[in-house]
Amino acid sequence: MSETMRNTALFALVSGLIVLTAVMQSWNSALTILNMGLISAIMALGVNLQWGFAGLFNVGVMGFVALGGLATVLISMPPVEGAFAAGGVRILTALVLGAATIIAAVLVQSRLKGKAKALATIAILIAGFFIFRAVLDPGVAAVEAINPALQGNLGGLGLPVIIAWPVGGLLAAGVAWVIGKTALGLRSDYLAIATLGIAEIIIAVLKNEDWLARGVKNVVGLPRPVPREIDLQNDPGFVEQAAGFGVDPVTASTLFVKTQYGLLFALVLVILLLGAQLALKSPWGRMMRAIRDNEVAAEAMGKDVKARHLQIFILGSAICGIAGAMMTTLDGQLTPGSYQPLRFTFLIWVMVIVGGSGNNFGAVLGGFLIWFLWVQVEPVGLFLIETLTAGLAEDSALRLHLLDSAAHMRLLTMGLILLLVLRFSPRGLIPER
Amino acid sequence: MDFLNALVALSNFVLIPAIAYGSQLALGALGVTLIYGILRFSNFAHGDTMAFGAMVTILVTWALQAAGISFGPLPTALLALPFGIIGAAALLLLTDKFVYQFYRRQKAAPVILVIVSMGVMFIMNGLVRFIIGPDDQRFADGARFLISARDFREMTGLAEGLAIRSSQVITVVTAVIVVAILFWFLNRTRTGKSMRAFSDNEDLALLSGINPDRVVMYTWLIVAALATVAGTLYGLDKSFKPFTYFQLLLPIFASAIVGGLGSPVGAIVGGFVIAFSEVTITYAWKKVLGYLMPESLEPDGLVQLLSTDYKFAVSFVILIIVLLFRPTGLFKGKAV
Repeated sequence: MSETMRNTALFALVSGLIVLTAVMQSWNSALTILNMGLISAIMALGVNLQWGFAGLFNVGVMGFVALGGLATVLISMPPVEGAFAAGGVRILTALVLGAATIIAAVLVQSRLKGKAKALATIAILIAGFFIFRAVLDPGVAAVEAINPALQGNLGGLGLPVIIAWPVGGLLAAGVAWVIGKTALGLRSDYLAIATLGIAEIIIAVLKNEDWLARGVKNVVGLPRPVPREIDLQNDPGFVEQAAGFGVDPVTASTLFVKTQYGLLFALVLVILLLGAQLALKSPWGRMMRAIRDNEVAAEAMGKDVKARHLQIFILGSAICGIAGAMMTTLDGQLTPGSYQPLRFTFLIWVMVIVGGSGNNFGAVLGGFLIWFLWVQVEPVGLFLIETLTAGLAEDSALRLHLLDSAAHMRLLTMGLILLLVLRFSPRGLIPER
Repeated sequence: MDFLNALVALSNFVLIPAIAYGSQLALGALGVTLIYGILRFSNFAHGDTMAFGAMVTILVTWALQAAGISFGPLPTALLALPFGIIGAAALLLLTDKFVYQFYRRQKAAPVILVIVSMGVMFIMNGLVRFIIGPDDQRFADGARFLISARDFREMTGLAEGLAIRSSQVITVVTAVIVVAILFWFLNRTRTGKSMRAFSDNEDLALLSGINPDRVVMYTWLIVAALATVAGTLYGLDKSFKPFTYFQLLLPIFASAIVGGLGSPVGAIVGGFVIAFSEVTITYAWKKVLGYLMPESLEPDGLVQLLSTDYKFAVSFVILIIVLLFRPTGLFKGKAV
């Protein structure tokens, strides 16, 4: 069987699984899986860019995804009335001052020498921190005092939500630049720990800085790029059309909305996939893989390894940011409490490894397949346990405990899949060519 | 008097919690650093190994409690600790046999082993949640306080109370004993010396007839003991929740790297550096400063540099500073 045949068959298999869900469960759940599968595929594409092309070990995907979510709030929510006048200027000034402090410290590092350098750095950082807090805190208090039950944050710019997607990418790219500048060029494990840490910090900021995006109080009711179901149901034209297909208006409206989301996401995926594919085949892509395979040799050929690593690290993170903004748009809300590293960092890694690192189509396939499994393992596990323990009494403690724990089957399964693929097919389902 | 009060408040809220937390981090970082030194990869599954060992200990503790066995004023969990260690050791040896051994024989790149340890992390995490559930579990019993705040106030007549929880004392004492045994083992016994030799130079160690499988097995056994003790002590001191153990990964790695990966002494120092920075930076200093400063200068706010939710940021910033200025850590670890 030729390679193209094999790959087509694999994609057909995953589509088949989703269609099977539609037939066995409902079209609604099939479309839900498909939409998140599209987003997962984009995240996997981003990680694949970093790991598959350049061998960079980024375990901070969750942080970049969350930054994308933040961008959605900052761009699409209407501004909170009076918040900017009350404290917005102060907060922005404080942020600028904070950035200036760090820049000053970096400049001192490169200009001064010896003891003067250390003393000046420490003095600048400590003074800068206290000035930052002194300017920031009153502003934060003023903003958070505005209608705290519903708002208490700065709000956004009130722009169309689609704009948030590229902005989410930019935000993630900015943070990636800072991390890359410090941690790239060190050992691979150090980059891993650094990204793991920055992801936790981003989530901590989102949870605690209420003025930014209401923290754990969540932002709900984000504007949507597609019509609301309720408006469709009230639209006589739509109801008539739905009746023409023999579907009741409620189901028809949810299916219609989900399909529209799916089309939007698919468009983004196709554009990014095309870009990644062109990049891989370009001289730039070959250089990247040369660097990955032998850094010393590439450096001897005059390639600037550190700059190229920084470049691809930023690109990959930006893609994760775009996917994060899309996900928050799909959810219609930003809930910082729901960002879990196992779900948003390590699961994406399973997708890339299983799909085939170094191959864009592999990453996309892995995104769909693993997301499908992640969703479906739970009901299947529940069913298995119910069947296996059918012989036990209805109220036996063991049976009840096992049924309770079925939800945690997915972690076990994902770990097992990752280990099996790494052991027996380390190049993944669609290997790099 | 004010000075004494300030000192007591400082000990109560900063020094004692930081020493206990530092001991737990040090034990965790020792495990990470040993694996790094001998097996040569960063083990992402370490937090979940701690959770697994602690979980077995908790299950045995419950069984002992149900059987009416107790350890007097000490927590029953200490009696159950050996069982926890055996459980964790069994799990680690099995993982090594079925997972890591293959890649070791292949001489796979360290980063592949890190990804493999990610898979192991998933499985261990799933196992723990599957068996004991994702919720908070309480298993501490025995005396709660060595000195309670009120007793201390009555004893000394100071305005500030000093509470020493028994779990904090047990943590420190156990950590000291475990570390003493570990260093005796590494420096005095034949197996310990062969482990250090293996860590320093693998080829040379193999040439002088050291059996690598034996070294690896002993490493896992020691790591199991360290992880279980660290996990149980953390659970006694705070509470047992599988997810917090995963989050401990960051401060533990920060400790190990700050101290110098591969260096046991470094791991201990790193643990205390991280713990003290976390606690001092997230502590609200109003009370202590209130005693020390003249009344006119007393601070209005809480004088808290960062809210406690940012404690990860503290370990992270220290980690970055060390990485930038001294990438091998305080105690010259190894850099691959």
